[in-house]
Amino acid sequence: MSVHLILFLAFGAVAVAGAVNLLAQTHPINSALSLIAVMAALAGEYLLLGAEFVAAVQVIVYAGAIMVLFVFTIMLLNAGVEECTQGSRVAVLFGIPGMLLGSILVAWVVLRHSGTEAVLMGVLPGQTKGWGDPAAVGELLFHDFLLPFEITSVLILIAIMGAVVLASKPPTAPARKVD
Amino acid sequence: MVPLSYYLVLSGFLFACGVAGFLIKRNIITIFMSIELMLNGVNLSFVAFAAHWHALAGQIFVFFVMVVAAAEAAVGLAIIIAVYRTRETLNVDQVNLLKL
Repeated sequence: MSVHLILFLAFGAVAVAGAVNLLAQTHPINSALSLIAVMAALAGEYLLLGAEFVAAVQVIVYAGAIMVLFVFTIMLLNAGVEECTQGSRVAVLFGIPGMLLGSILVAWVVLRHSGTEAVLMGVLPGQTKGWGDPAAVGELLFHDFLLPFEITSVLILIAIMGAVVLASKPPTAPARKVD
Repeated sequence: MVPLSYYLVLSGFLFACGVAGFLIKRNIITIFMSIELMLNGVNLSFVAFAAHWHALAGQIFVFFVMVVAAAEAAVGLAIIIAVYRTRETLNVDQVNLLKL
């Protein structure tokens, strides 16, 4: 059992536990914290795959920025424990077997038809000199993917404006003139 | 050395958990977090394939997925705040009318 496999299993166990805990918890703040655990574990997996820059961005953007936004919204809206309704019982009835069926199907197809012994990989940081480091990623991003990158900035701008417009208070009706 | 298929199985399980959360959960914020979980599962398979084929473009796709997720989170949470302001509930079963 190599170091790669042990690290993969450790990070994978944290990710799976976090994902299951997200489903099990009823309070949204607990779900948010377990999602942060999933994202941190995935950053470890990315590091194991040699994608150092992606791992850093995963921690900064996903676990940092996006989840902070979620936690702020949960606290702003004072979200409590979700109440169980008729619809949620039907959803549990179909959702849990659907999840099990889907993951078993994916695992069966992937493990059966992909030739697991043929595709060995997994690199520790430092072994892949010049492959997943920020310089190579930046060169590709600013040469081959320059147009999508610029379009992305427009998307972000539109998202900022949309968020401000949607979340701002609706304008109060102008005060009637008393005559 | 870890086979590629192990990464794909983990990615598939995370995606399935996201789908199940989307179906099971009744709180609109938790449903939104399930969508983020699905995006993370897809990102893992992108990075795994990028490492397998030594194609760096897979990592670039992960960045674009992250950007779209950030924009989606900003707009989606703003919509949730607007919904809460008019309905005063976060339960999706009670948000079933387009107009009050």
